[in-house]
Amino acid sequence: MADRFPSPFEMPTPPGAEGWQDLYAYSSVFSEDRREYEDSAFWFMDGVHSPEVIPPWDATIVEYALIALSQYNTRHYVIPPARGVDMRFLNGYMYLSPVGVTDPKEIEARIPEFAERAGYYFANWDRLYAAWVPKVRALIDELETISFSPLPEREDMAVITEGRGTGSALDLLSTYHRLVDLTLKLWQHHFEFLNLGYAAYLDFFGCCKQLFPSIPDQAIAKMVAGIQVDLFKPDEEIKKLARLAVELGIADRIAGDAPAAEVLDGLRGDPQGDKWLAAWEEAKQPWFNFSAGTTFYHTDKVWLEYPDIPLGFLRAYIAKVQRGESLERPVEAVIAERDRIVDEYTELIDGDEDRATFQAKLGLARTVFPYVENHNFYVEHWAHSVVWRKMRDLGRVLVAAEFFADTDDVFLLSRHEVSEVLFDLYHGWAVGAPSRGPKYWPGEMARRNGIMNALRKWSPPPALGVPPEVITEPFTVMLWGITSDSVRRWLGGAQADGGLSGFAASPGVAEGPARVVMSADGIGELREGEVLVAPLTAPSWAPVFGKIAATVTDVGGIMSHAAIVCREYGLPAVTGTAFGTKNIKTGQRIRVDGNAGTVTIID
Amino acid sequence: MAQILWFENYQPADAPELGGKNASLGTLTGAGLPVPPGFAVSADCYRKALADGGLTGQLDALIAAVDPRDTASVAAAGERARALIGSLGMPADLDAAIRAAYAQLCDHCGDGDLPVAVRSSATCEDQPDASFAGEHDTYLWVRGGDSVVAHVLSCWASLFTDRGIAYRLERGYRQHVAAMSVGVQQMVRPRAAGVAFTLNPLNGDRSQIAIDASWGFGEAVVSGEVTPDNFLVDKVMGAITRRTISAKTLEYRLTAADAVTAVPVEAERQSVPCLSDDEIHAVAKLARRAEKHYKCPQDVEWAIDGAQGDVLLLQSRPETVWSRRPRQAATCNADPISSMVQTLLHPSHGTPEGGC
Repeated sequence: MADRFPSPFEMPTPPGAEGWQDLYAYSSVFSEDRREYEDSAFWFMDGVHSPEVIPPWDATIVEYALIALSQYNTRHYVIPPARGVDMRFLNGYMYLSPVGVTDPKEIEARIPEFAERAGYYFANWDRLYAAWVPKVRALIDELETISFSPLPEREDMAVITEGRGTGSALDLLSTYHRLVDLTLKLWQHHFEFLNLGYAAYLDFFGCCKQLFPSIPDQAIAKMVAGIQVDLFKPDEEIKKLARLAVELGIADRIAGDAPAAEVLDGLRGDPQGDKWLAAWEEAKQPWFNFSAGTTFYHTDKVWLEYPDIPLGFLRAYIAKVQRGESLERPVEAVIAERDRIVDEYTELIDGDEDRATFQAKLGLARTVFPYVENHNFYVEHWAHSVVWRKMRDLGRVLVAAEFFADTDDVFLLSRHEVSEVLFDLYHGWAVGAPSRGPKYWPGEMARRNGIMNALRKWSPPPALGVPPEVITEPFTVMLWGITSDSVRRWLGGAQADGGLSGFAASPGVAEGPARVVMSADGIGELREGEVLVAPLTAPSWAPVFGKIAATVTDVGGIMSHAAIVCREYGLPAVTGTAFGTKNIKTGQRIRVDGNAGTVTIID
Repeated sequence: MAQILWFENYQPADAPELGGKNASLGTLTGAGLPVPPGFAVSADCYRKALADGGLTGQLDALIAAVDPRDTASVAAAGERARALIGSLGMPADLDAAIRAAYAQLCDHCGDGDLPVAVRSSATCEDQPDASFAGEHDTYLWVRGGDSVVAHVLSCWASLFTDRGIAYRLERGYRQHVAAMSVGVQQMVRPRAAGVAFTLNPLNGDRSQIAIDASWGFGEAVVSGEVTPDNFLVDKVMGAITRRTISAKTLEYRLTAADAVTAVPVEAERQSVPCLSDDEIHAVAKLARRAEKHYKCPQDVEWAIDGAQGDVLLLQSRPETVWSRRPRQAATCNADPISSMVQTLLHPSHGTPEGGC
C-alpha cells in the first residue's frame, strides 16, 4: 500500500483542455508559486457537492462556501485543532484540503477563545437560531428583488427631471455586484451555526463510542435525528397534492405521461381542477425551489423550472393512493423507536455521572440538529435556485446584446469576467460605438465549451498528496466522510473480490439487482426492488426511495443526504464506498449490509 | 425447612438452602423465563443426612488436616471424603421424597421415564454469592427414580472433589459451613446449545450480546472442547453485527447407550452455522431478559430444544470479567467545550462498523 496519493503536479491536462486554468481564479489553481505547500498537503475530491466539472461562474458558489466555512473555523470560533478547508480546482474538479493546527501550544492557546465564542452560541442557541431563519429569508427576498434588463436606448425622462445623475448601466453593474455579495453573505450565514452543530454532534458521537465502543453510527444518528424536517417538506407537499387529486376525482387527468405544461393547462377552468391548481401554486413557494442535483451547478434542475420532475413523483404517489397504500410517514412509530433506543442505551450506562453526561450531550446535539438538517433547504435549495435564475436573466441581457448565443454561456465566465463583460457592454452603450464582446465572445465560448467537454472526459482520482495522521476538521469528517479509514481504503484500492466497504449509514440488510445511476436524469430508470448505486444522491430524489431496496454511494458520510433519507425511509444504505459506481454494473445482484457498511457483489 | 423445593415456587428466602445455581433457576423461573421445570433437594437434607450418619465431625477433621499446597494431600482427603458420603446411603424419608418429586416431574412433562439433569448447587453461609463454577459435578440424561436418587448422592459427594476442596481452601471458606443442594431438572435433547454474554467480552461494550454456539449439548462449548460459532448481536438495534463460523469438530450427543458422549461431527455439518438468524435473535432476546431481570451483565447457558425448537435458559450468572474491573468514576468528559476539543483532537468517529 502506498503511503501517499499522486501529486497534483503529476496530473496531466486532458487533451483539448489546454488553458483550462485561465477560466478559474488565479488563486484557486495549483501553481509553482505555492508548490512546496500544495505538494505536501492532502487533497480530496469533493464528490459530495461537486461530482462533475465545475463551470467557471459556478465556481463562485463553491468558493464562497469554502471561504465561509474556513472563516468560521479560523476567525470566528477559533476551532482549536482546525483552521479552514483549502480548495483548488484541478482539471475543473474541486479538491479540498483540511488545514489543521499542529502545534500543541497553539491548540492549547486557542481553547479558551473557542470556549468563550462557541460557548456563547451554545448558551444562546435558541435565541440566535430563532433569528436565523428570518435573516436568511430576508436575504432571499432581497435576492428575489434583483432584476436585470437590457440597457435602454435613452435614459428615462425621470432620470433627468429627478436630477438622478446616474444611469442604467451603473445600476446593471451594481446589481450584479449586489447579487454576488448577497451570495457571499448567504454563505456566511450558512456557516453561522453549522460548524458548531457538527462539533456538538461529534462530541455526542464520541461520548457514545466511549460508552459503547461497538455502537453503530446510525444508532447515534437515530437518537439525534429530527422528526419534522424542512428538507422533507417538498416531498410532503407532493404527497398532499397526490391525496388531493384523488379526493377531487381528477387523478386520471394527471396520470399518463403528458408533459407538465399540458397537464396543468388541462386542469384549468373547472372547479375541481382549479382547486387543485391553487394548491399546486401554493406548494410551489417556497417548496418547489428544490433542486434535483447537488444545488451547486447551474444545470441542476429545480422543480420550479422543471415541473415534470415533481409531476413524475406526484404520479407515483397518486398510483399508491389509488392502490390504497398509505403515504403517511409513521411519525409516531419513528418517535417511539427513537425514544426506545435512547432509553435502552441510557439504561445500559454504568454510573449516574456518565448517564447525566450522555443525556446532556444528547440534549445539546438535539438542540443543534434542527439547524444541521434544515439549513440545507433555505441556503442550498431555495437561495441557490434564485441565484441561478437571476444569473440566467443576466445571461439573457447579454444574449440580447449579442455577446453570445446561449443564455447559459454566462456560466462560462468567471464572476470577475462578468464585471468586465458588463463594462464592455456599458462602454459600447455609453460611447455609441461597438462593444468588443459580440466579436470576441462567440468564438471564445466555443473554445470554452470545448475545454469543458474535454475536462468532463477526465476521471478525477479521489485524493491527492500526503494524507495526515488524523483528520480533525469537523466538516471533513461529518459531511465529506473523509476519515483515516477512508484514506486507507483509497490507498489500498477496492477489495479483491470487488466487494466494497463504506459507512454503515442506515441499518438493515437487503439484496437486489443494482441500478447504477450517475445523475438525476437517470432516476426514472429505477425499478421496484432495485438497489440504487450512485456517486451520491440529492434530497430531491426522495420519492424514488419509496421503491428501491437499498442505496450505495461513492461519497458521503453518515450525515450525507443519502444517509439521512435512507434512515427516514428505513432502507439500508452504505455511503462513501469510493468505488461503488465503478465496480458495480447495472443488473448485478448485490447485497447491501447497512449494519456492517459492506456491499457484496453476488453475481 | 422443606426437603424438596420446586423452582416454580421459589422465594428469595429459600436462597441459602438452594445454593447459587438452584436459586438462580428458581429466580429465572419466577421471572417467567423459559427454564425447564424441576426441583431442588435442599442443602439442609445434605447436612441432616451427614449428621444422622455421624459424618460431620469426621469430614471436618479430614479437611482440617489437608495441606492446600500439596495436591496429593488434597486428593487423598477428597477420595476418602467422597467414599464416606458414598457409603452413607440415602435416608429413607428423603429417598421417598425425591422419588415422589421425580414422579411428579415425569407426570408434568408427560414422560414416565423423563430424562433429567442432576446438578450440584453448592452453598456456603460465608459466601452467599460464591459461584463454585465447575467445582462440582453435574450428571446429564439421568432416568428413573433409582438413578436420580443415586446421582443426588453423587452430587453430595462431589462437594469434596479435589478442585472443590482446593477452591474453598484457597478462598479461606470455612469447610463445615459449605453444603450441597441438588437440582433435578427436565432435560431436552438440544439441536444446538452454548453460552451468551450480555456484553462484548472483547471491549466490555454493554450494548452487545456475544453468543457462542455449537451442535448438540452445551457441554462442548462450556468445556472449551470445540471452537464454537460466534455471533455478536446489537442489543438495542437488534442487528447481528458479526458472525464467525468455526469448524465444529465434535458434539455431545445422546448415544444408543442412553448416555451423553462426545462424538465427532460429520464433515458436511462442521462448518454450517449452527443457529439461524431467528435463533440468534431468540437467544439474544433471552439473554437480554435475564440481564434485565438481574439488572447487571449476565453469562447465560442456553439450549435449543431439538424437538420443539424453543430456546431454553439453563443457567444465568453475573458476568465477572468486565463487571469486576475497577471502573473510573466517569468515562465521558462532562464539560461540553473541553470535551468537544478532545473529540476533535482524538476523533473516535467514522469507523465503518465491521464488528468490534
